[in-house]
Amino acid sequence: MNNINSNTSDVIVIGGGLVGSAVSYGLARQGARVTLLDEGDQAFRASRGNFGLVWVQGKGYGMTSYARWTRLSAGLWPQLAQALLDDTGVDVHLQQPGGFCFTFSDEEMEERRHRMQSIQDELGGDYPFEMLDRQDVIARVPALGPAVTGASYTPMDGHTNPLKLLRALHAANLKRGVNYISGQSAKNVSTQARAGASLFTVEGRWQAPRVVLAAGLGNRALAEALGLHAPVVPNRGQVLVGERTARFLDYPTLNVRQTDEGTIQLGDSMEEVGFNDNVTTDVLASIAQRGVRTFPVLAGLRLVRAWGALRVMSPDGFPIYQESPKYPGAFVTTCHSGVTLAAAHALRVAPWINGASRPNEIGAFQGDRFLNPNYRPAHAH
Amino acid sequence: MPTDSLFQPLAQAGAHTAKTVTVTFNGEPLQVPAGSSVAAALLAAGVKRFRNSPVSGVARAPYCMMGVCFECLLEIDGEPNRQSCLVALEAGMSIRTQDGMRDLLAESHDPATALTQTMEAPHGV
Repeated sequence: MNNINSNTSDVIVIGGGLVGSAVSYGLARQGARVTLLDEGDQAFRASRGNFGLVWVQGKGYGMTSYARWTRLSAGLWPQLAQALLDDTGVDVHLQQPGGFCFTFSDEEMEERRHRMQSIQDELGGDYPFEMLDRQDVIARVPALGPAVTGASYTPMDGHTNPLKLLRALHAANLKRGVNYISGQSAKNVSTQARAGASLFTVEGRWQAPRVVLAAGLGNRALAEALGLHAPVVPNRGQVLVGERTARFLDYPTLNVRQTDEGTIQLGDSMEEVGFNDNVTTDVLASIAQRGVRTFPVLAGLRLVRAWGALRVMSPDGFPIYQESPKYPGAFVTTCHSGVTLAAAHALRVAPWINGASRPNEIGAFQGDRFLNPNYRPAHAH
Repeated sequence: MPTDSLFQPLAQAGAHTAKTVTVTFNGEPLQVPAGSSVAAALLAAGVKRFRNSPVSGVARAPYCMMGVCFECLLEIDGEPNRQSCLVALEAGMSIRTQDGMRDLLAESHDPATALTQTMEAPHGV
């Protein structure tokens, strides 16, 4: 029956956020027939709450693989942005002018220098950065406040419009023939062996020999049922959004950025408060204070809105990528940097799921690492 | 984009006999009905363009009248990007269309606004 045929594909991707839609897009580009299941509007959508950085700087301290993987994705990003523009006409406004992380004391400057130098050493030198004193920074960032003593800068960092990215990925998936199903939560994945391979059935309806768990915080329960381990928990971040202003900042920074349309965004915060994506006055106040301390011209900025969203956080803060040893064909992909890693997900993870060998950089990110009682990760966001 | 007013005064409110006040709008005196928000008063006085979108440049006018849509932005008494549907009208206000984006860097070099920043600094530093 037609009904059965349209419910059968090469791969089912569970999750239509930035991770799932990037993986789905990469699979569709390779010619795979993909069913993409997206939850309804009641879902906790990290993809609609994030800050939009394509950020490399400082990531992977104590976990070199993560520094490599992040850098690889930032390097692939122009290719993804161009592919999305070609497929959909949507410009996601990728800009990669390099980014700043500001310091407010000599101690912070030395800590930062140590962190950046350690990562550069671990990568054999292939990790450009500069430590800049106040005058050097002001030459590039004229709005800098008097409390800032200096900054680390790398040319690797950038930012994009994350809402346009999600829209572009969805449009590109539709254009490439992905069977996109909205309003479909997926709690139940059954498996059956079939000639040495598995056949997965989601919610008793969609069938494929491969399934990708890209359900964010929903991965935790889904993974267990498929012999995978993804012990992710929610981590709340709050963001303030200001009015649109004339360009005052040409570079992304860790806590303040100006979008392609002039909007000023201020972050960030990290809180473990369970499945609660509300905003709180005290955290928003400290975000505003930090922003104004960095850029005093923001003191009179009119705020337009504020939101909270839940990061998908693993115990060590690094991503999880694994194929199930028990049910080959079942994959889990999850991370808290769905924007930065979108290019790697579309252009490296998708081919792996489609049958190519696993990218070397992600061998360290198996979810099983959390089952090893001797695993002592340095938690590095 | 059409910017004809979506809102009409109720006939029984006596729009024609109500008290009016004078404000300046883009430098010219303008008689507007008293006792409402700036946005409602300007709409009643026939103003059709409140601002230009800083992204597309097209003309915009109030849409929601309840503080949500940010279409009614005006410069009021020298302060840019104010939501005029949330500002109570006062006689003598100096009101300008919001053309283009606010410029934080230029304002920081302007002595009048620099004073405001000095006063606000203790909250931020």
